[in-house]
Amino acid sequence: MAGADLGMRARVLIRPKAGILDPQGIAVERALPALGFAGVSNVHVGRLIELDVDDAGQLDEMCRKLLANPLIEDYEIVGAGPHDS
Amino acid sequence: MKFGVVRFPGSCDEVDAQLAASRVGDAVLLWHGDRDLQGVDAVIIPGGFSYGDYLRVGAIARFSPVMESVMAFAREGGPVLGICNGFQVLCEAGLLPGALLPNTGLRFLCRQVDLEVVNADTAFTRAYAPRQAISVPVKHTTGRYYAPEEQLTGLEAHGQIVLRYAPGHNPNGSVDDIAGVMNREGNVFGLMPHPEHAVDALTGSNDGLGIFASMAEVGAHAHA
Repeated sequence: MAGADLGMRARVLIRPKAGILDPQGIAVERALPALGFAGVSNVHVGRLIELDVDDAGQLDEMCRKLLANPLIEDYEIVGAGPHDS
Repeated sequence: MKFGVVRFPGSCDEVDAQLAASRVGDAVLLWHGDRDLQGVDAVIIPGGFSYGDYLRVGAIARFSPVMESVMAFAREGGPVLGICNGFQVLCEAGLLPGALLPNTGLRFLCRQVDLEVVNADTAFTRAYAPRQAISVPVKHTTGRYYAPEEQLTGLEAHGQIVLRYAPGHNPNGSVDDIAGVMNREGNVFGLMPHPEHAVDALTGSNDGLGIFASMAEVGAHAHA
């Protein structure tokens, strides 16, 4: 869309907050050695949300209000280039 | 006393909740897309998988039209009970402190658990004796109650921890064995166990009926 200067393809990475037990991470960490992969530690499982936004300035509020729950999750917004269109 | 039980797409326990409430009062279903609460005296947010539990459990349901009205109702002091998914919705909506995380064991759990009524001096538990032991089923994958340490201190100090799993019965890794909490004002209560599935001795226990009976008793006084 012409003129959408702030628009972009964004990625939001969401992780369990440090210090909160992450049983999914533990399960993966235990599964890898069973397949012969040694030396893996500190595994955490989160979510990836990809979205096209016209105003990247709204992303932080989107994260706080819906995409993540700040009580239990940390989020990171990563720019991924222009809109997919 | 008229209860309203919310029905979201993906709810599955709304009929049991309605039947349980019908034992102590009138109960109607409230559609998620309606803002009209039909003049009910209390609202129940039932168990299930509202809106598919997409994104996070309860995250989408809190933005439904009916929840706007429920949040206004709660702010005016109206009694609101959230069971299982309903508890998750109320936490996401900010009506209750804390959040629900995946069970420590990562498995779906469906079993009878023993609970202790920690605070029997509430609008939801006054039919029980203090420290009474009750047996009610749980069935969930995301029932591990979590609140930050500093918040837990406040919950404890203000009597907001209403139900705990009995020693050795914590099925999901909930912090401090917490099974149910209420807000500071005492008019919003959420719990992971299902009292609506424990209202008839025929199905193993009627210990859950006290929750609905307590609400009806308070409602009767409010109208007296």
